Amino acid sequence: MNILYFLIGCSVLMALVFLGAFFWALKDGQHNDVHTPGIRVLFDDELPDAPEDPKPAKQDEKTD
Amino acid sequence: MKNQEILQSLSCYHCGDVIHGTDLLFDDKHFCCTGCKSVYQLLSQNNLCNYYAYNHAPGSRSEGHSHFEYLDEPKIVDQLIDYKDKENTIVTFYIPAIHCSSCVWLLEHLYKINTAIYRSQIDFIKKEVSISFKNQEISLRKVVEILTNIGYEPLLSLQDVVKEKHKATDKSLILKIALAGFCMGNVMLFSFPEYFGLSITEKEFQQLFAWLNLLFCLPVTFYCARDYFTSALTSLKHGHINLDAPLALIIAVLLLRTAISTVLMNGPGFADTLTGLVFLLQLGKWVKQRTYYHISFDRDYRSYFPIAVTTLQNGKEHATAIAELKVGDRLWIRNGELIPADSILMKGEAWLDMSFVTGETEPQQKVLGEITYAGGKQLGEAIEVEVVKPVSQSYLTSLWNKEYTKGNNSQGFNDSVAKYFSLAVFVLAFGTLAYWFAQGNSTKAWNAFTAVIIVACPCVLALSTPFTLSAILSVFDKKGFYVKNTDAVEHLAHCDTIVFDKTGTLTSTEQADVCFTGLLTEEEKKMAVSLLRHSAHPLSRRILKYLDFNKFYPITKYKEIPGKGIKGWVNEQMVYAGSQAILPFDVKVGVGSGVHLVINNSYKGCFSVEQKWRAHLPELIWKLQQSFQLKVLSGDTNTEEAYLKQIFPANADIRFQQSPHDKLEAIQTLQQHATVMMLGDGLNDAGALKQSDFGIALTDNINNFTPGCDAILKGSSLAYLPHFHQLSKAGLKIIKTSFAIAIAYNCVGLYFAVQGTLYPLVAAVLMPLSTVTIIGFTTLATRFYAHQNQLQ
Repeated sequence: MNILYFLIGCSVLMALVFLGAFFWALKDGQHNDVHTPGIRVLFDDELPDAPEDPKPAKQDEKTD
Repeated sequence: MKNQEILQSLSCYHCGDVIHGTDLLFDDKHFCCTGCKSVYQLLSQNNLCNYYAYNHAPGSRSEGHSHFEYLDEPKIVDQLIDYKDKENTIVTFYIPAIHCSSCVWLLEHLYKINTAIYRSQIDFIKKEVSISFKNQEISLRKVVEILTNIGYEPLLSLQDVVKEKHKATDKSLILKIALAGFCMGNVMLFSFPEYFGLSITEKEFQQLFAWLNLLFCLPVTFYCARDYFTSALTSLKHGHINLDAPLALIIAVLLLRTAISTVLMNGPGFADTLTGLVFLLQLGKWVKQRTYYHISFDRDYRSYFPIAVTTLQNGKEHATAIAELKVGDRLWIRNGELIPADSILMKGEAWLDMSFVTGETEPQQKVLGEITYAGGKQLGEAIEVEVVKPVSQSYLTSLWNKEYTKGNNSQGFNDSVAKYFSLAVFVLAFGTLAYWFAQGNSTKAWNAFTAVIIVACPCVLALSTPFTLSAILSVFDKKGFYVKNTDAVEHLAHCDTIVFDKTGTLTSTEQADVCFTGLLTEEEKKMAVSLLRHSAHPLSRRILKYLDFNKFYPITKYKEIPGKGIKGWVNEQMVYAGSQAILPFDVKVGVGSGVHLVINNSYKGCFSVEQKWRAHLPELIWKLQQSFQLKVLSGDTNTEEAYLKQIFPANADIRFQQSPHDKLEAIQTLQQHATVMMLGDGLNDAGALKQSDFGIALTDNINNFTPGCDAILKGSSLAYLPHFHQLSKAGLKIIKTSFAIAIAYNCVGLYFAVQGTLYPLVAAVLMPLSTVTIIGFTTLATRFYAHQNQLQ
């Protein structure tokens, strides 16, 4: 039965870790905006033929 | 099917508007104006055409161009930015145009347009974008210009919308709720064995559990519940007693009893009650605090005013922050810019749109040497004015410098009852303690004392109000009625007089009808349309839509004079369209405002935009007059008096040509013997809205700017106003009923408690039970009344 002392200690410790994680997330501002990440995740990755080129690619330009 | 295709091909690829005027083609795509086309060009050059992939026609049409020279002034820049070091600057902008996922995508790919912008992040709900950029490579002005060029002009006004909002958010309450919830959960876990009875082998854990529980109580008492102690102490110091006093007493007693029974090992303490109580109380506070982050209720004239203005110093243009304007400064006001302070016209022809100040939409002409009031918007050529009064003391802005004393400062139900309730709890508890001590039974004395305190816990009083009122708030917001906070709902319930503004409140600005006085032949229509389709002015577009004509003549010598109108040579005849100022001769057609049309030197008539009365207005007024005194204060002329007299009851007071100050004074006079609700929409009503006991800003689009108020109401939901009022009244009834139920509960409990026959542990079970009952009752009752008032 003495093992229970150890287990209780472990459970309290683990709960404290989770509480700390929540505090951390809160301080970090993770809960400030809960809407936009849901939109962001739906964007496709860039197509391979449109590399992330620092210089603006001009191939799309056509006659005015 | 074919029809649909044709329709679609005629809408602008960028903004989705139906193309009425010239159809611009680029990349096989149709655009309605050069603005839309140039945004597309810019995006396609930078490989950002994905913008159009996520949504159909995600853009919005830009309205004219702003000047950003003032963003080169370090002083102004410092006001705007969040953070700056040698290399990086972080700035947050409020961008009203954000409305769909394409906006998020585009604004988070700004680095493709300029690599010096290395991070941009959107908060969609707040419509804010936070941008980090290398300040050596790009200036703030350039960043703002990039945003403007792609159709996302940030709103830069004198009142910093972004920073104002950030001030309001408070994280410590969430921390407290989390901590209290955590402790409560753990305490419950360790108390379970006790609830179910311990076998002999488990007895050895009893002590461990008791100590752990006590440990969890400490942060709850000293961190989460700290506010109750400080508030109770300050109120006692000031010689009165508030609801927090008995709450603090309960928490203290519960902690002490728990500590004593843990140390003396004589039975379980009250850790579960204590943590549960604090958790519920914090939850109630949180519910009470809820606000709408995407709506601001505290806007004043500063939100409408620009952050800087062009001044002339020795003949040179110079950007100056509004806050630094002095009497005697010369200002250079361009077309579409706002005059920030009362000043005298020195040069140029002033046509001022005073709709911010008076609600009157017809522009006023000012002559040299005349005073131009702050808030007027110049239409036409640039003018030069000299400041005669500082911004804060100008005619319009002085409305905000008054201290507002709300009429009969009605206390909430809670505050008025709390005093007596708290006093009763104290008297009963200490009376019981004294009685049993006098009987010489100290154990019973302490038990009875604890039981009385727990049973009489005013947490019902502290919780029923926020839960009921916030349930009402969520019923309201589903119907397009956004109330500032829970306290405001109580103010709404007490109103007995309603004051309406006319323009924009009783009438709708968005659903205006165009009508033409005079007659046009098909040929004349064709000529008018040929001229009008070249103008990007909203009025021209509206008239085009109204005429709905698709044959055109070519046009030469087209000229647009800002603020006045347009003219051009069509089919060998001169055509004029615009205000009277542009016409080649004087027409005597009364005061009629609108777009006058002259073809080949003969007057054809006038297109006027008639404001439409809001739907179901007569029914609404009829319903309201049964329980309210009604009044109309209009800044406009009395052209609509006959109609208003017809729908309003005979005893209603209808006044016209009221200045913002008149409106404010009228409300103050009314408040001497009534509780006033004010419905308005513009800056000219702002003083009255603030002064009234419950100010409602009416708007057709809740993202529009509305002046400071207690609630924002969507124009389409105006018809529900009587129901909203009924529900708020029902809300107060619910709160009182739940209070009565709680008192009944308590009386039964107290009857046993004072006799010392109620074991504290039973009391500790009874208390949360009553709390849960009450919260359940308020929620159900609110739903019932919402249903009854046809709000669900």
